[in-house]
Amino acid sequence: MNLKKLAYELRLDVLELIRSAKAGHIGGDMSAMEILTVLYNKVMNISPENQNDPNRDYFIMSKGHSMEAYYAVLCKKGFMDIDDVVANYSRFGSQYIGHPNNKLPGIEMNSGSLGHGLPVCVGIAKACKMDSRPSRVYVVMGDGELAEGSVWEGAMAASQYNLDNLCAVVDRNRLQISGSTEDVMHQDDVGVRFAAFGWNVITTAGNDTDALEKAFAQAEKVKGKPTVIVAETTKGCGVSFMENQAGWHHRVPTEEEYELAKKELKEKAEAC
Amino acid sequence: MNKIPNRQAICDVLMEHAKEDRDILVLCSDSRGSASMAPFFKEFPDQAIETGIAEQNLVSISAGLAKAGKKPYAASPACFLSTRSYEQAKVDVAYSNTNVKLIGISGGVSYGALGMSHHSAQDFAAMSAIPNMRVYCPSDRHQTKKLIEALLCDEKPAYLRVGRNPVEDVYDEENVPFELNRATVLSEGTDVLIVACGEMVLAAKEAAETLSREGISAAALDMYCIKPLDEKTLIEKAKNVKAVITIEEHAPYGGLGTQVAGVLAQSCPKKMKILALPDSPVITGVSKEVFDYYGLNAQGIVNAAKELVNE
Repeated sequence: MNLKKLAYELRLDVLELIRSAKAGHIGGDMSAMEILTVLYNKVMNISPENQNDPNRDYFIMSKGHSMEAYYAVLCKKGFMDIDDVVANYSRFGSQYIGHPNNKLPGIEMNSGSLGHGLPVCVGIAKACKMDSRPSRVYVVMGDGELAEGSVWEGAMAASQYNLDNLCAVVDRNRLQISGSTEDVMHQDDVGVRFAAFGWNVITTAGNDTDALEKAFAQAEKVKGKPTVIVAETTKGCGVSFMENQAGWHHRVPTEEEYELAKKELKEKAEAC
Repeated sequence: MNKIPNRQAICDVLMEHAKEDRDILVLCSDSRGSASMAPFFKEFPDQAIETGIAEQNLVSISAGLAKAGKKPYAASPACFLSTRSYEQAKVDVAYSNTNVKLIGISGGVSYGALGMSHHSAQDFAAMSAIPNMRVYCPSDRHQTKKLIEALLCDEKPAYLRVGRNPVEDVYDEENVPFELNRATVLSEGTDVLIVACGEMVLAAKEAAETLSREGISAAALDMYCIKPLDEKTLIEKAKNVKAVITIEEHAPYGGLGTQVAGVLAQSCPKKMKILALPDSPVITGVSKEVFDYYGLNAQGIVNAAKELVNE
């Protein structure tokens, strides 16, 4: 499977979802796309067929606002139908809301409030350890999210319980709604912080599917402690005029911008 | 005098069932002693999880454990569990619908002189306002046991509050009337209805007896199920009386009294008196001193009943 190409194709789905709903968090969707694409198509043992198997892998989208990217990946995997999601996303009475909703297939937990995903994954990973299950547990967090104290409560517990079946990914795109993470609440030493909490730390290129594949494989080999992958990403990745612009945190493209973005993403997908 | 606090009754029931069901877990936030869960931790170390002093983490970890098929009972002081980790209770437990039972220990004003930081006089209101959260406050150790046995049989979220100290039995060990989500009828009456929960139930029972001796016919309900409130029994009993009194170890807003008033105002309006803690930090003292000071006792109920009936 050509994951690089797939990530660009799924970005086109994100664009359609946001255009249709006239809402969404496009910047973070685009930065997290390779992480989700690699996890769902290369790393995790999860599919519509085994979604209730206790031995499946677990995924929690802690930065729940990157929901359009998550929908695109889940639909591609067969959990939901992308046309149905595009047609109903954010509409009156729809189950397809702007944050993870576990009434939908493939979504384990509701999120949306930041700082919950990691502690929840500590519980899931602990349960899997208790039952000697082969499951691995993955959580994706934003870098702005790391300002939530509950993240560090979870980080502390994960190493206390030696949860080597837990892998956290930080979508390190360096921007949050108000601007640079370094101006809002600096995260430049995120790796040092996790290491101080007893974690194995891997820093990698977060919009590079090959690099991510290697990082996940490496994480799986580490025993006795949890791993965090600091995925160095670009907010708005794939659409040149959105890249590294805090203003695209949740801006909805105009029709003209939509066409430009679509053209660029198509070209990039075809070039892969 | 009964020496067994309700929290110990919870531990006893969980230990009894944990032997057979290895998915039953107890989590504490450095609170195993105050939760009376030390014996559980000792006997079932593989089913006991310590989260440290981190109540948000306690609740989120419990939700994750439940997601992966476990049956977690998270026991922590009610003051912290119901407010410090409120959002975790809302999102990770109730909204995500995970099978987590939150056990608020040393509830109400149990911590006495430790002050308002340690009192949980808002927990009924806070927890009741969360969709898909049930709220219980059992009266004595026997009812607590029945309640935990019932909760072990379902897979839905619940919050349960118990006090710190042993309380006198309301029920005979051999005969504990109990049905989940149904109030227990302590007495029938035609003048006033007393609705109580938790440590106020014994006062309600005694007040009903005193009133009957003095010619005022008093019905009394043990409404341990604050949410879902047993509206059916409440309306059925309220229909027969002239006035209703509620009594609870909780702030005057959003607790048992507010909920009873809401139901009756819509279905069966009656004169009412809500007996509750004040909207302020409570006076310093042990539970009994605090209750007596604010008239949260049998005499307070009797006085309120006489006022209402003679109005």
